[in-house]
Amino acid sequence: MGKKKEIDTRFAKFGTVSFTATTRVNDFVSHLDDGRITGTRCVDCGTRFFPPRNDCFKCLSSHVEWFDVTGTGRLVTYSRLKYAPVGFENDLPYCIALADYGDFKVFGRLADGLKDDDIEIGMAVKTRANHLPNGQLNYVFEKADTA
Amino acid sequence: MGKVAIIGVGQSAFVRQYPGSIRELAFEGFKAAMLDAELATEQIDASVICSAPEYDKQRSPAGVFAEYLGLNPQPTFYVESLCSSSSMGVRLAYSLVESGLHDTVAVIGFQKMSEITSSESQERMGRGADIQWESPFGTMMPAYYAMFAQAHMATYGTTLEDLALIRVKASTYGQINALAVYRKAVTEEMLADPESFMAGPVASPLRVGDCCANADGSSCVIVTNEKKAKAWCKKPVWILGLGAATASVNLAGREMLTGLSAARRAADQAYAMAGVGPADIDVAEVHDCFTIAEMMAYENLGFAAPGQGPELIRSRATYKEGQIPVNVDGGLLSKGHPIGATGGSQIRTIVLQLRGEAGDMQVNDPAIGLVHNIGGVGLYGNVTILGR
Repeated sequence: MGKKKEIDTRFAKFGTVSFTATTRVNDFVSHLDDGRITGTRCVDCGTRFFPPRNDCFKCLSSHVEWFDVTGTGRLVTYSRLKYAPVGFENDLPYCIALADYGDFKVFGRLADGLKDDDIEIGMAVKTRANHLPNGQLNYVFEKADTA
Repeated sequence: MGKVAIIGVGQSAFVRQYPGSIRELAFEGFKAAMLDAELATEQIDASVICSAPEYDKQRSPAGVFAEYLGLNPQPTFYVESLCSSSSMGVRLAYSLVESGLHDTVAVIGFQKMSEITSSESQERMGRGADIQWESPFGTMMPAYYAMFAQAHMATYGTTLEDLALIRVKASTYGQINALAVYRKAVTEEMLADPESFMAGPVASPLRVGDCCANADGSSCVIVTNEKKAKAWCKKPVWILGLGAATASVNLAGREMLTGLSAARRAADQAYAMAGVGPADIDVAEVHDCFTIAEMMAYENLGFAAPGQGPELIRSRATYKEGQIPVNVDGGLLSKGHPIGATGGSQIRTIVLQLRGEAGDMQVNDPAIGLVHNIGGVGLYGNVTILGR
């Protein structure tokens, strides 16, 4: 009897509930665990991707390297949910949001502490890795200090 | 190449909970279209079945329906593009007929959403978006469209009152559409009153009243070639233009958050194919799964310039008597939105309008009509232009 090959299911840790366990970019989750938000860059043509991809649709290369999402983005839009899909009820209320970093955009959540009055479309945000109470990992946008 | 016509349309009543199985539901829309076209089942050369399959226990419903509808041994196709499945089905039927492969094709859309709970439904609907990178944040359809609403409001000064006006218009016509699921009046006051159910927050800035009603339903559109249309049908309605486009599933890949790029591209294609422009459209059905979706449709279809959508509804230009009547059957907001059946139902409304058979909902003598049908959060855009 051969030993069963272990399957890398790190992506199951992404988000309150993950719907994907295994992807070629599972390192994203390990980076998140280390406090880093990372995208991929095509080594052959230089295109940057967020969310990260294993494969470049521009030049069809699968030779990608990681880069860190640093600095500030701009809040494009958001919504505060009063109802949640199955599995997310305990997170309510929460805000999903989109931030624009120029070369790419990032879809995620706003940090829990932000109140409606603190949120303004166009405001500078930074993206922070976040440990959820249920042991899962995600990332959130915080208001950036622009002073 | 000859022209392609629609010679029969039908739909079931859209209801909260259909008391039967999916094949029986499909039969209702099919029967209505067959009676409308005055055809027998042997005159149908192929069927196209359209739905979002995650609601069904039945795998491969197309084969089951072909038997139940008396369409054996003709071939059947299954088409899925979320909420625009049956518009995509009509696009497939057009190409089947235009190629000469089949003369007459029945496009049957259906959805029985009531087999699962509302929160399960939201979870499944949300999975029509990016399950790897977005769903883990707890997304759902109203919240995605709410993000577009928030961006539209911030960019153009659109207000919650503007969105309420769209809901009020939908309810005006939902009340006179016997097949609509929601037939009550909705007023601006209801959407403004925090104590009212309609004003209850769902996903900011959208309220209960900004969201369409889930429904069970089926629809059917019968498509044929020019020769048979002229031989069989007194009032054929011609497919003048078809447009279809896609956009990034993840909102991170979208070029704009104040409109749907797939809708705009599909509209451009359909106008070019039909050789008409927005000003030529006499009546339209747009995909108002949320009030903001209708607002964006006004702009993406060119009925209004970007940011000018609110003016259109404030001036009542999209009412039945207005310059460009939109969703005078109650739209998804009041008529209801049984995912796979919706596009076929929208096409049915426009066909009836062009034939002058829309009853109380009839607009004044329309010659050209348009259907805008969206899948997912603008993941799929379909625009169909019809003429008499």
